[in-house]
Parts: sequence; C-alpha cells; structure tokens
Amino acid sequence: MPGILSVVERAYHGTIEEQDDTILWLSHMIKNAGADLSVLLRSNAVNYAVKGQDASGLSIGGVSLGVPPTLDADVEALTIAGVPVYVVEEDLKDRAIGYSELCSGVKMVKRGGLAKLFDDHEAVWHW
Amino acid sequence: MTTSRKKSITIALMDPPYESGTTTTALRIVDAALRKGISVNVFAYEGAVNLTMKGQAPHPNPIKGTSIEEQDHPSTAKFIAGLFTLGQSNPKLEWVNCGLCIDERGSGDWIDGPRRGGPGDLFKFSKESTNTLVIGTR
Repeated sequence: MPGILSVVERAYHGTIEEQDDTILWLSHMIKNAGADLSVLLRSNAVNYAVKGQDASGLSIGGVSLGVPPTLDADVEALTIAGVPVYVVEEDLKDRAIGYSELCSGVKMVKRGGLAKLFDDHEAVWHW
Repeated sequence: MTTSRKKSITIALMDPPYESGTTTTALRIVDAALRKGISVNVFAYEGAVNLTMKGQAPHPNPIKGTSIEEQDHPSTAKFIAGLFTLGQSNPKLEWVNCGLCIDERGSGDWIDGPRRGGPGDLFKFSKESTNTLVIGTR
C-alpha cells in the first residue's frame, strides 16, 4: 500500500515569492528523503498541471522576478521522480481545462474515485 | 507508520500567528495531548515558523482603553513556551521550524525550545508517531 497521499487544494498562494508551490516542494523533498508518496491535485490546484504556464516578467518597485515559478515543470519533475500525481477530472472540467493542456505523466481520478484513492494510502496529508 | 509503543502525535502547521483559528486549535491539541502524557512533534512550515518569534510583544487596546497590563495580550510564543514547560521530558514536545522558511522570513530569533530543521524531520516524525495531523493553510 503506498504510504502518503499529499493533497494540494489551495493554489498559487505565495508561489511568486516562494518560486514554487510549497507543498509540491515539500512533497518532492520528502520523496527524496525516502517516502513512498503520491500527490493529489484538486480544486484550483489542478491548474498546476497545465503546461506552458509563464509567470516571467514581473517587476515590483524596480525589483525584477529573476526566477519565476514553473509549476508545470515541478509537477513533471515529481512524476519523473516516481511520484504518482493525480488530478481530479471534474475539477479540470469545471475550469474548462482540456486533457491536451496537461503536462505529461499525470493520472486522472474521478471525484467518485477519491474515497478509494484515500483508502489506498496509509496516510492522507491534506494541506 | 507507528514504530514506537508509546503514543505520540505529529502535527504540521502552516499558519502564521494571529491569522487563523486553526493555530489556537492546534495549540490546544498539543496542550491536551501533553497533559494526557502523549509526546508531540510539531513541524512548523512556512508562516508557522513565526509562531515562536521571541520578539512578539503585547500591546494595549485603544478601543477598549486598556493598558498593556490590563489587556494582557497573549502571544503564540508565550503559549508555546508554556507548552515546552509541559513537554520537557516525558511527555516530550519537539518543535521543528523549517529552516528555509525561517531564512526567507527573517524569523530566526525564537524562544527556547524549537530547533531548526526541514522536511526530512516531518517524514521522520511521521514514521515514529502513532498518527500525523497536517493542518494546512487556507
């Protein structure tokens, strides 16, 4: 049974200043520490899997954002690292996000399948 | 995930002080657990690293016309210092502030008790605890 399911729901909170999503980052760090971990993107966080996001070009008070977040690349990096990344299908549809817009490697799960997904893991960390 | 016979819990927090009711709830859970003899590990992530800042200071309330003493404004650092008194040895309170979160917030001057750490500590805590409660931020 996989160990931890890390659920990311709130999106784009401080991602500019942090240059990433802090829970995707934490999840990748814990994976690197040896955890058996999956990630579930739901609600607005499904947008993290949309490829081609570009947050570059921001400048505030003459201070430029030299290294913008690349959340789609972070999602792909998780899948490459062996972390299953699930995306709730209905949350994509609610936001008119098509499957072809998603970065590679993510897995679909229907809302009706969430209970099983939770049950398939030893622990659920809902951030 | 439990490897220890003795009960212990791990709690991960994210909210900064004075922003959410979840902080109060979380600290009450820590208090209740320690009073029941259950050791507690806290992983303070992101804004929660500010909960233990030594420089927190009370203030009067101009609406109520109270002085600093009369208002007796609580601080999260003071509550947590009290929790460390409860959790000195058995049960034990371990509090880790995420190091990179500390650095980017300049929150490194904290009360006695917490130590600097990282995500590996959360993973280690979770493996060693009876259960883990993650309280994210909204």
